[in-house]
Amino acid sequence: MPRVTINDIEIKVDAGLTVLQACEVAGIEIPRFCYHERLSISGNCRMCLVEMEPSPRPIASCAMPVTDGMVVRTNTPMVEKARRSALEFLLINHPLDCPVCGQAGECDLQDITVAYGANQSRFQENKRAVPDKDFGPLVASAMTRCIHCTRCIRFSTEVAGVEEMGATGRGENAEVGTYVEMALSSELSGNMIDMCPVGALTSGPYAFSARNWELRHTETIDVLDAVGSNIRVDSRGNEVMRVLPRLNEDVNEEWISDKARFAYDGLKCQRLDRPYVRENGRLRETSWDEAFAAIADRIGKIMGAKGRKIAAIAGDLACCESIQALKDIMTAFKSPHMDCRQSGAQLDPRVRAGYLFNTSIANIEDADLCLLIGSNPRYEAPIINARLRKRYLMGGFSVALVGSKADLTYSYEYLGSSPHILEQILSRSHMFAELMDVAQKPMLILGQGALVRPDGSAVLATTRNLANKFGLVSHGWNGFNVLHTAASCVGGLDLGFVPEEDGRNVAGILQGAESGEVEVVYLLGADEINTTELGSAFVIYQGHHGDAGAAAADVVLPGAAYTEKDATYVSTEGRVQQTHLAVHPPGQARPDWMILRALSHALGKKTHYDTLEELRAHMVHTNAVFAEVDVAAANRTARTEWTAFGTTGEMNASPFINAVENFYMTDPISRASKTMARCTNTFHVPYLNITGTNG
Amino acid sequence: MLRDSERIFTNLYGHSDWRLRGARKRGDWDETKEILVRGRDWIVNEIKASGLRGRGGAGFSTGMKWSFMPKGTDGRPHYLVINADEGEPGTCKDREIIRHDPHKLVEGALIAGFATGANTAYIYIRGEFHAEALRLQFAVDEARKAGLIGKNACKSGWDLEIYLHHGAGAYVCGEETALLESLEGKKGQPRMKPPFPTTVGLYGCPTIVNNVETIAVVPEIIRRGAGWFASLGRLKSTGTKLFCISGHVNLPCTVEEEMGIPLRELIEKHAGGVHSGWDNLLAVIPGGSSTALLPKHICDTLLMDFDSLREVQSGLGTAGVIVMDKSTDIVRAITRLSKFYKHESCGQCTPCREGTGWLWRMMEKLAVGDARIEDIDIIDEVTRQIEGHTICALGDAAAWPIQGLIRHFRPELENRIAAHDLTIATPAAIQAEDLPEAI
Amino acid sequence: MPLLTLAQSQAGGWLPQVAMDRVAEILSMAPIRVYEVATFYSMYNLAPVGKNYLQVCTTTPCWLRGSDKIVSSCRKILDIGLGETTKDGEFTLGEVECLGACVNAPVLMINDDYFEDLDSARMESILTQLKRGDKPQAGSKSSRRGAALAHDSKKARRKS
Repeated sequence: MPRVTINDIEIKVDAGLTVLQACEVAGIEIPRFCYHERLSISGNCRMCLVEMEPSPRPIASCAMPVTDGMVVRTNTPMVEKARRSALEFLLINHPLDCPVCGQAGECDLQDITVAYGANQSRFQENKRAVPDKDFGPLVASAMTRCIHCTRCIRFSTEVAGVEEMGATGRGENAEVGTYVEMALSSELSGNMIDMCPVGALTSGPYAFSARNWELRHTETIDVLDAVGSNIRVDSRGNEVMRVLPRLNEDVNEEWISDKARFAYDGLKCQRLDRPYVRENGRLRETSWDEAFAAIADRIGKIMGAKGRKIAAIAGDLACCESIQALKDIMTAFKSPHMDCRQSGAQLDPRVRAGYLFNTSIANIEDADLCLLIGSNPRYEAPIINARLRKRYLMGGFSVALVGSKADLTYSYEYLGSSPHILEQILSRSHMFAELMDVAQKPMLILGQGALVRPDGSAVLATTRNLANKFGLVSHGWNGFNVLHTAASCVGGLDLGFVPEEDGRNVAGILQGAESGEVEVVYLLGADEINTTELGSAFVIYQGHHGDAGAAAADVVLPGAAYTEKDATYVSTEGRVQQTHLAVHPPGQARPDWMILRALSHALGKKTHYDTLEELRAHMVHTNAVFAEVDVAAANRTARTEWTAFGTTGEMNASPFINAVENFYMTDPISRASKTMARCTNTFHVPYLNITGTNG
Repeated sequence: MLRDSERIFTNLYGHSDWRLRGARKRGDWDETKEILVRGRDWIVNEIKASGLRGRGGAGFSTGMKWSFMPKGTDGRPHYLVINADEGEPGTCKDREIIRHDPHKLVEGALIAGFATGANTAYIYIRGEFHAEALRLQFAVDEARKAGLIGKNACKSGWDLEIYLHHGAGAYVCGEETALLESLEGKKGQPRMKPPFPTTVGLYGCPTIVNNVETIAVVPEIIRRGAGWFASLGRLKSTGTKLFCISGHVNLPCTVEEEMGIPLRELIEKHAGGVHSGWDNLLAVIPGGSSTALLPKHICDTLLMDFDSLREVQSGLGTAGVIVMDKSTDIVRAITRLSKFYKHESCGQCTPCREGTGWLWRMMEKLAVGDARIEDIDIIDEVTRQIEGHTICALGDAAAWPIQGLIRHFRPELENRIAAHDLTIATPAAIQAEDLPEAI
Repeated sequence: MPLLTLAQSQAGGWLPQVAMDRVAEILSMAPIRVYEVATFYSMYNLAPVGKNYLQVCTTTPCWLRGSDKIVSSCRKILDIGLGETTKDGEFTLGEVECLGACVNAPVLMINDDYFEDLDSARMESILTQLKRGDKPQAGSKSSRRGAALAHDSKKARRKS
């Protein structure tokens, strides 16, 4: 370990660190603009210059590797002058428009200038003006403010894998942008806003809506995909103003997808803010009591064994608390008909490892081979795709895809779209088997698209065989991964919200509703089903948006969105995480578990929990995984078992179709979002037109 | 004055045949195999002993640089890159070598390639040198056809392929790491050092980057011996050097002379003297535009070598001597250089990108006196804020000419400001100033 | 870069966006990387230029020897300013930074050819020839005195 002396403090640091990192270890702050720990080093801002013996000139600490015996000083007049100089140069062509700049209050340039800069500029000339660029509906630009740190260029090139940003021209005429006017097509583009140390790239939808010091920050979880990205919801009054990523090295590092970041305006539209009952074919506003009475009335009219005629479906955004509470009601009525696999994916609830992303997101970096089956992770889980790309950039990572072809931002071997390729690999009659054989830590990712098919269970079983045959599951490594798209699904499976013996699954429930065998259907935020199949069943919809489910309902119970409740979700990697209330649900809407508890009482089924804590204890009782918060399945002390799952059977030859067709609209919230609608118009429609021909 | 017999570049003016046959007559490609037979270490030591310093401007010991190349190989190929991106204002020596003595360069490439373990040499020639590039390509092809380079070059057992790469107009590509970036097909933006090219250079492989002149003198040094080269010149500046004398002289020319030749002798013997005589001299930029200018009184006794020029706070640089007589608007002359550096800044790092433009704009004001006296100090300080704070030396190069101007011609700047203040104090001038620009 | 140079010559002396996109396609690179390179180097023209692209070096060594006069005679004869193209598309006049032929200052580049040691009179005759459709002779008109003569350096080496 090299020994370095920084400001007369001698410390030992890991070899391979840069001087800047060593200074951080020593607790000394080095101002910087271009350096970012997750991007390559460019060394262009010259803000991090420090003095190093015996160099007569200051050195860029972000790029200089430490060597044993190095003597560095960060507090000398030379360093102070260098910092002052760099800032003076940066500011000569930076507009002093902080009062009208969206970045003000959280601007690196502002902060660093206050800390290290001179108090006056000696620049007498005209400042440079740079035309703003149109980067599409998400990222707003004020390129005159750009300080050419190139973080956005490096982010889009390295992390997002979408090479659209660049610096054109040279010298003082250099400009950062796309050169040809175009929208940034990355689904991670919003992160560039966070990367930008100044106000050159700012959030379009958030622009001029708030100042950061007015905002209340709530640390919570994103639920618009199954990744469980850690986010911070910034709110003012009872309004969500913006969503930012929160650091979690194991999940999203410091990135979030554009949907997680920008769909929040959907929380303000199409909201259900009071109960409704259907009267003469139309929904009428009503009170909670009346709504509950209507439900009790209908259930009371059921002849015979009530449980056989009641069914429940949990939607993609349902939290574990509400699923548990709904399950309790179903159990109280002895109904076996419930399902949390809204899409109809034939996941096997018996074996936890059979429905999890077992490798864990962080451990993707250890894998050396990845087989994608019926999945486009770029749209189903951009954060996981970014991790796959990160692994790909490290080298020695072969990726192959069985499914529909797509630009995943890294190169892969395309094996075809038919499930039969899996059988060929299994029988080693496919070339790819050789690669699987030699891989040390192979992994596969099974998408929902491969499981929603009629033969989904057979695909699942075949995939498990693949995993067994090629050593994907060994001591300390599980390369079998199911990639979920719904935040609720793993939690629902963990809580056993699946048909009991002779119970109906989603398809069965719909069939029963159509035929009249099922009389009451409870939709817990389920909007992705075909509501026309509900037939004449009495439909209760509990949720937060007036989407498909509410439109088909006889009683609507207004629930809370993920930003409006303390709730538990389990991510695709089996990580139990909790959201926190940032704003209150609108109008009469209430947190979902409370609605279900009240309904349960109204139906004469008393619950044995009255508080959230009691309900959570009850969930732990149902499944012990809920005791450990924020731990991926891969890191749990109790290992998940690896017993048989899926059903062996014939797979048909029809090609896999991906689960997510339009990344920007996958759920009631993003469908209600104007921003997501603009993205759909900008990115999605053109994509369809160019598929396959513009390669 | 250097005797003709001591000259290395015997066809600098293209009086005789530049092709292989002519080159052979002048002694090129003579027993090259025998040189290579003596081994890599021997050649490197010989170059070290000769005291040869890089002719591209920085003046780093060539032998030393070569010895930084890894001895063995870790599987990565070694590359030799020859910098023919000549663009330093006042410098046009490499052009003459390529036009009139290209085989010196080609043979030098073989020896240097052998001595640094490189089987591939790239010559990066600036895009504007179209005719020169054609000629050099011809010479390379000729040599290949004659078995002098290529597989088993000169039957030495060593393979060396030479490729030409054409630049496309960027002064900064003369900086070695920017040149490598450009050679890789990217923008010519300098890289951070360390790592140095000898460790991580072209395509991440160990690479030597040398100037055309440096490589072209190598065969002659080896043939005549390090002692011969070291006996010429003075102290730490050995051997001969090509000097380009431009500006206000009667016969601008490029000439090979001994290191340490007095500047006055150089100008008067070879360039026909300053316009209207030595006494009409105002100042000289001694080593290409990046070096600080020197007023006449220093020039009177100045010797042209690395150390003498350093002593007077300037530098030998590329030995592009720009002569300015008393008719010169010296502030304009330097302002034009500031514009040059502003134009050529790559835009990567802050001080250079922002600073060169600021310097130029302030210089434009100083040139007409539209400034305050304290602005002279500000501009001087700004140059010092750029100098030493940038990724590459372009920042320094932009700073030094202005520092030299202020050092030696401060009264001139002050007089202009005073004169300008007088003019704007007259009512007519005030009226003129107030006129809207649209007229 | 060689591809861009080729594309430029094929496209008539400048690089339209389609040409850059095609280069990106051939090299399977992102177009932005090509735009970056094309806008970085001054020899890539991003707008059309005339059949004769005149670039006068005006950097200090040339300026000292009267490049201003060369520029002004070009402006006068062609009746265009710097950066402009004649209406018939025959001539574009531009300024260029040091062309590396300082001892032959002032220097002018027309397309690929250097014209050296210029003065107003020679400039005029070059332009007249070009207008006529002739090809003026490139290079220097003043013959330079050789400071060194060819000699038998083999002999010299043996002596030393």
